[in-house]
Amino acid sequence: MRFVDEFRDADKAHALAAKIAGLCEPGRQYKLMEVCGGHTHTIYKHGLEDYLPESVSLVHGPGCPVCVIPMGRVDDAMHLAAHDDVIMTSFGDMMRVPGSSGSFFDAKAQGTDIRMVYSPLDSLKIARQNPDRRVVFMAIGFETTAPSTAMTVLRAAAEGLQNFSVFCNHVTIIPAIKAILDSPDLRLDGFIGPGHVSTVIGCRPYEFIARDHGKPVVVAGFEPLDILQSIYMLMLQLAEGRSMVENQYARVVPWDGNPTALKAIGSVMELRPYFEWRGLGFISHSALRMRDDYASFDAENLFQVPGVRVADPKACQCGEVLKGVLKPWECKVFGTACTPETPIGTCMVSPEGACAAYYNFGRLRRQRVQEVTIS
Amino acid sequence: MCLGIPGEVIEFLPDQPDLARVNVSGVRRVINVGLLTDDLPEPGEWVLIHVGFALSKIDEDEAKAALEFLESIGQAYADELAALQESRIE
Amino acid sequence: MTGQGGAQPRAAGWAEEALRDHHEHAGPPVAGQPASDREQQVLDRIDRARRRRPRVKEERITMSHGSGGKATRTLVEAIFLDSFRNPLLEPLEDAAQLTMDGARLAFTTDSYVVSPLFFPGGDIGDLAVNGTVNDLAVAGATPLYLSAGFILEEGFPVADLSRIVGSMTAAAARAGVQVVTGDTKVVQKGKADGCYLNTAGVGVVGDGVNLGVVNARPGDAVIVSGPIGDHGVTIMLARGELDIEADIASDTAPLGGLVAGLLAATPGVRALRDATRGGVATILNEVASAAGVSVVVNEDDIPVRTEVRGASELLGIDPLYVACEGRLVAIVDGGQAGEALAAMHAHPLGEQAAIIGTVAADPPGIVLLKTTFGGTRIVDLLVGDPLPRIC
Repeated sequence: MRFVDEFRDADKAHALAAKIAGLCEPGRQYKLMEVCGGHTHTIYKHGLEDYLPESVSLVHGPGCPVCVIPMGRVDDAMHLAAHDDVIMTSFGDMMRVPGSSGSFFDAKAQGTDIRMVYSPLDSLKIARQNPDRRVVFMAIGFETTAPSTAMTVLRAAAEGLQNFSVFCNHVTIIPAIKAILDSPDLRLDGFIGPGHVSTVIGCRPYEFIARDHGKPVVVAGFEPLDILQSIYMLMLQLAEGRSMVENQYARVVPWDGNPTALKAIGSVMELRPYFEWRGLGFISHSALRMRDDYASFDAENLFQVPGVRVADPKACQCGEVLKGVLKPWECKVFGTACTPETPIGTCMVSPEGACAAYYNFGRLRRQRVQEVTIS
Repeated sequence: MCLGIPGEVIEFLPDQPDLARVNVSGVRRVINVGLLTDDLPEPGEWVLIHVGFALSKIDEDEAKAALEFLESIGQAYADELAALQESRIE
Repeated sequence: MTGQGGAQPRAAGWAEEALRDHHEHAGPPVAGQPASDREQQVLDRIDRARRRRPRVKEERITMSHGSGGKATRTLVEAIFLDSFRNPLLEPLEDAAQLTMDGARLAFTTDSYVVSPLFFPGGDIGDLAVNGTVNDLAVAGATPLYLSAGFILEEGFPVADLSRIVGSMTAAAARAGVQVVTGDTKVVQKGKADGCYLNTAGVGVVGDGVNLGVVNARPGDAVIVSGPIGDHGVTIMLARGELDIEADIASDTAPLGGLVAGLLAATPGVRALRDATRGGVATILNEVASAAGVSVVVNEDDIPVRTEVRGASELLGIDPLYVACEGRLVAIVDGGQAGEALAAMHAHPLGEQAAIIGTVAADPPGIVLLKTTFGGTRIVDLLVGDPLPRIC
């Protein structure tokens, strides 16, 4: 596969690993955070940690848009789905996320019409094909996915569809990163920056991290070599005492992002004053909702949504895992009460959650690659 | 969620300017290219696909540069390894 | 309008209960020890938790229970095995091994609920015959007789039924079996998706043949008979919901001949499994846990068609978990792997057979994948899978 296979070459990986090891200052520990859940997934799926020296550790960040959805919002979605004439449509990632009384999957088992879709456009198609039913699309994702939702709403409006609406749970990445930077428990040396979010927002929004907090940021692709190269670029900055934003994923990410996509978001959606993030609490201006002029496509306007908060179980430590304060295996209920089969929290149920990635792929006594320094 | 896959644009759909058929490793799907109206891809160009939309064009020059960098590292490493081996032979 | 939710937050009762359940097992790792030791303690705790007696926690059946993954296994062990319990059932192999008056028989059953009924490469009729034939073949038996039970939906076109039965006839002839008994039921419109099928089959086990995943031992080779994931991806695309077109067809085929050739060529075959729902990954996990060994496979060596790989990447699924319907996994004495592979290559259905890995002693019960990249990761059972009803 072009643009994929070339970035999965093992020999180049060894070369990068050697270079990374060569940049480690003796006696210094390095903690780099990969913000994006997709990066966490790649790291575990390809066993990338085997390539890093002991002194470099990766901390998993909160960039998993499924993981941060509070149970109360899942309950709200289930409430919408429970209407007799509603067809709820959702990405596969949301199907097993539990609310206070079960997940979409469980509701489906009890007869609720919930259908998995690959694209919001598929949801639109269902709306066209079922004019007597009301179709609701559960919109999740960071700025990567928001433009697609927005374009779909614009299309629905252009076609004059009366039976399509969006339950909007889009969140924005910068507030999540700010929450990490403001967290007193965490001392990070640098960030592996989100890849696909950056195709939309560009690289400039991360400049405050390098400038005000002195931490280097490298926007990274999703193939194993992309991530290793990004780590190498971070280590180089640290060795040279620089702190800048660099773009390793330049083949896909334009420095200025995608203005058309940003415009689409802007015309259909606006920032909520605040939004609750599971594990991180209420964060202001961190999530999107439909604008008033698109109220007829806003599920929260068309339906009465309960909006009841659900407290996370006391033993659930998703918040700390999302902030990178705890590693998955350090959570008290990891692997025992909380498993992929019986998830307590979202970090375990989402395919990009750090706990799911670790449980499904990484749950091994790790023998790190011996430090190879060729000087 | 982050899942974005490179695909090659085959053709535009005749009466739907926003829609293009792409090829991903022999698999074909129609996607919406409305987010790239400023710089529409041509057949033969590659795009990044996410939930049925093209988010960005893949810049072949940048891709080539990235691969060249990796090649150079790979070559340098191979050279060093070779040198290491040779020095052991004494 | 969305409420502000200012009232006392609701609690998730199911979560509190699950936590109470594990109370005696959940304890924080001992502080003060080096991180790697603490991590190992957690991993050991997880191992113990995984070995505990399975229990079905859900009150209602969900699609996960039918996917072939963890949820299915828990359901089978906790509900079916727990109640029916007898030594013939316990091995939970694809077929039961029976002795009747000195004759060794294999006996199996399978139900087919695939939608759509007709797809590139075959239809529900082909699956129903080949699937049951294959379950017998991998038990080391020569498949002989099948039963066919039909559950038909009111309104189902008779022409479609004839087409399905025609496929079954052709498949049976190809596999050398006969359908000797059957049943027909009709249910009201709206049930049965047109047609559900159940086939049961019986065959005679060859002399001296003693296959079973429990026989796997360190040093054995793991061989797959051809490219994986064709059937599952075909069905996903055929359902038409994903708007993806590709030249992929189901791999449904009867493996009796391939198996016979393999067993004749070498006595070193420890186990055979037919890769259906849950894919090759599920079988590897069954081997690892039944025999208490580790199965280590190399990503580079696993055959996958380009289009299957493309579709899987597009959808974010892993071909290792995608169903096949005409592929087997063979566990063979390492010293005989060459002969086994040659025997498979000699048969049309085994032309692309490949050795994909080995059985090791450690860590027991775990399947490991060496990535193209050189790293290592675990291949665990999935809970369910996103492919509804593929066989």
